[in-house]
Amino acid sequence: MKKVIAIILTTVCALALVACGAKGGADKKSEGVMTYEEYQAAAIDSEVTIEAYVQACMSWWDGKITLYAADRDGAYFLYEMPCTEEDAAKLTPGTKIKAKGYKSEWSGEVEIIDATYEIEEGSYIAEAVDVSDLLGKDELASRMNQFVSFKDLEIVASTDGNGNEAPWLYNWDGSGEEGNDVYFNVSKNGQTFTFLVRAYLTGPDTDVYKTAKTLNIGDKIDCEGFMYWYEGPNPHITKITVK
Amino acid sequence: MRRITLIFAKYLIPVFVLACPVFLTACHGSKGLPEFVMPEEFDESRQYEITFWAKNDTNKIQTDIYKRAISEFEKLYPNITVNMRLYTDYGRIYNDVITNISTGTTPNVCITYPDHIATYMKGINIVVPLDEISCDEKYGFGGSALKFDGPKKEEIIEKFMNECRLSGTLYALPFMRSTEALYINEDLVKALGYEVPDILTWDFVWEVSEKAMKKNADGTFAVNGQKVLIPFIYKSTDNMMISQLRQKDAPYSTEEGDIGIFNETTTGLLLETAKHAGTGAFSTFKISSYPGNFLNAGQCIFAADSTAGATWMGADAPLSDIAEDNKKSFTTIVRPIPQFDVNDPKMISQGPSVCVFNKEDPQEVLAAWMFTQFLLTNDVQNAYAETEGYVPVTTKARNSDDYKEYLSLAGTDNNEHYGVKMDASKLLLENTDNTFTTAVFSGSASLRDAAGALVENVVKAERRGTKVDESFIEKTYDDVRSLYKLDQLGGKPMSKEAAGKLPAASKALLISLAVAWILIAVVYFYGRMAKRKDFKS
Repeated sequence: MKKVIAIILTTVCALALVACGAKGGADKKSEGVMTYEEYQAAAIDSEVTIEAYVQACMSWWDGKITLYAADRDGAYFLYEMPCTEEDAAKLTPGTKIKAKGYKSEWSGEVEIIDATYEIEEGSYIAEAVDVSDLLGKDELASRMNQFVSFKDLEIVASTDGNGNEAPWLYNWDGSGEEGNDVYFNVSKNGQTFTFLVRAYLTGPDTDVYKTAKTLNIGDKIDCEGFMYWYEGPNPHITKITVK
Repeated sequence: MRRITLIFAKYLIPVFVLACPVFLTACHGSKGLPEFVMPEEFDESRQYEITFWAKNDTNKIQTDIYKRAISEFEKLYPNITVNMRLYTDYGRIYNDVITNISTGTTPNVCITYPDHIATYMKGINIVVPLDEISCDEKYGFGGSALKFDGPKKEEIIEKFMNECRLSGTLYALPFMRSTEALYINEDLVKALGYEVPDILTWDFVWEVSEKAMKKNADGTFAVNGQKVLIPFIYKSTDNMMISQLRQKDAPYSTEEGDIGIFNETTTGLLLETAKHAGTGAFSTFKISSYPGNFLNAGQCIFAADSTAGATWMGADAPLSDIAEDNKKSFTTIVRPIPQFDVNDPKMISQGPSVCVFNKEDPQEVLAAWMFTQFLLTNDVQNAYAETEGYVPVTTKARNSDDYKEYLSLAGTDNNEHYGVKMDASKLLLENTDNTFTTAVFSGSASLRDAAGALVENVVKAERRGTKVDESFIEKTYDDVRSLYKLDQLGGKPMSKEAAGKLPAASKALLISLAVAWILIAVVYFYGRMAKRKDFKS
C-alpha cells in the first residue's frame, strides 16, 4: 500500500512540476493562430488571427470594445471590436480570447481593427516589463501595447493652452475638467516625455487618477502602464508611486 | 334607462375621473413634458440653476471663452447660475442627451447638431421650439427686457438660422459655423509640375496624387524623399460622400426622409475613390490618422479637413501633434474642397448649434433661453470664432470693428492671426452662399454615418487586397443598410406629428374620452326620449 501511495504522490508531483513549468514558457497556439512573432511580421492591412489574454478594457461604447491584450511574448491593442455590453462584462483581465481581424497602424500605433473574437479557456496576467532604459530610444516601439514600468522619473512642468505651467493638466492643454484625461510630463536622462492617465481606462475613481492630481513639479516617481503610441510613445499610466 | 344613467353616474364617471390623472401622468412621463408657454415676466426674485453642455475642440482658449461668457452672464443675472459640462465630441453629447431624456435630466442648454435634435424630438416637447419665443417683445431677439446687447433676428445670418429648422420650425440657434477646406502643400504640387488653381477639381487632385506615388530606387517617394506619403487624406468621409453627391446633384435623401444614397452616382464615386485607395494615393482619418499630422510632416499634399481645425494645419501651425524634428517647411495654401464644377462650387456648412431643452418650470426655460441668446453676443461670437477657422453667425459680430480689425491683421503672427487659420475663415466668409446642409429627419444622423462607412469600406477593402467592383459595392450597400437600419427610415418626415408615436396610455385616454362622449350622448338622447314618453303619457 505504501508503495502505491508513494507512486501516486510521485506521479502527482511530477505532473505538477510539468504544469508549473509550462506556465513560464510560450503559449501553444491553436490551429490557424499566429505566434506573436508571426503577428509582428505580418504586413499592415493583412488579416491576422491571434490568441491572447485580456489585460485591460479601455472602453466599451456604442457596441464596441477596445482592449489591451497580451500573450507571453508580446502585446496587442484591439480597437473598437464589436461586442455587446453583456459580453464586455466577461472580458475581464486574464480572460483568454481568440481574435481575428486586420492589422492596422494609426499614427504609429499598431492595432487590430474590424476584429471578431471568441472567449477561450485559460488565464494570464502579464508582469510589468521595465522599459526605463528604452525611453527616448527607437527600441521602445518593440514594446508597443505591453504592460511596462518606468523607474526614477521626475515630474517636470506641463504648459497649458494659455502658456501657464502646471505639474499636470486635464487634457493635453488644460482644456478639460474632472473626468477627462490627466496629462503630465516626466524627465528621464535629460529628455522629457508626455504620459497620461486615460480616463476611459482608469477614471476619476481610481487611485492612479487621484494620485496624478497630487503630483508636483520635482516629484520623483515610478510608473506602470500600457505602452500606447501616438506619434511617439504615449503611455497610458495605470499606477504612479511617488517616492 | 334610469338604470343605465345610474350605472353611468355611479360607476363610469368615478372611474373616468379617477383614470384621468393616471392618463395625464402617463402623458407627462419621462418621454413628454407640457408644451412650453412663455411667461409674461422673468421672475427675478427666484434663484435658477441651469446646466450647459458645451463642446470644444480640446482647446483651452475655447473653454476659457465659455467660462468667461458664463461669468459675464451671471453678473447680469445674479439669480441665474450656469453649470457647464465640457465635451470634446458631438457623439458623446448626443449619447448622453438621449440617456438623460429617458430619465428627465437633460441639460437646459446644449451644443448640438440639427441631425441630433431630430432624434431628441422623438420625445414629446423635449426641445423648445424657438420661433415664438425668439419674437417675444421682451425676451426675444433684441428684446426690451434683455440686459445685454444681443442680435436682432435680422442680424442672425438667415442661411445658418434655416439650418436649425426642422420641418420649418426653429429648434436651435447657430452658434459657430465652419466648412471644410483643402490644405495644400504647394511646394510638393509645384515639384510635380503643377500650379495650384483657385478651385481644384476632383480630377486634378486625383491626377496629382497619382503622380506623387512615383518612387526612387531606394523605396522612398520621389517627390518628398520620405518613406511615407499619402498624397490625399480626407478627414470626414461622410462629408466627402455627401459633398460629392451634392456637387453632382445626385440623390442623398429627401426632406421627407426617403433614402436616396444607394444610386449609380454613388457607385461611380466609390469606384473612383477605391481606385486611388488601391494605389495608396488616398486614405482617410479613420484609417491613417489626422490629415494635419501627415501634412505638417511633408507626407501629404492635399489634406481635407474642417476650417475649425485650421490651427493644426500647415508648416507654421501653432498646434501640432508631431515632434518638432518631423515638421517640414513648406508653403501652405487653403482652397475649397475639390469640385466637379468649378463654376458652381458647393461645400458643406457645419459647426455647433445650440438648443434649449424644455423643463417643468417655464421660468427656468426662460433663463436658459436668455443664456442661449447671450452666446450670440458680439464678445462671445468674435472671441470663439477667432480661436479657429470658424466664422461668427451674426452680421452684428461680423460687422463689428473688433472683427474687422482681427481680419485685417491676417498673417501678422503665427498664433492669433495665423495666416492659414484666417484664410480658412475667409474661405467660408466668401462662400457662405455656396454652402449647403442635408435634410434633417429622425435617422438622418445614421444616414450620415452610413455615407462615411461606404467610403471607409471601399478604401479598407482595396488596402486589404479585395477587388472593389460593382458587386462588392452592392454588397456594401446591403451591409450598410442593415448596420445603420436605413431600411426602417424611409418616408418618415420629421414633424411635430412624427415626433413620436402616441404612448399607449395616451391612446387609452383618447379612446376613453371617445367612449365617454358616446355614452353621454346615448344617455342624453335616452333621457330626452324618456321625458317625451312621460310627457305624452
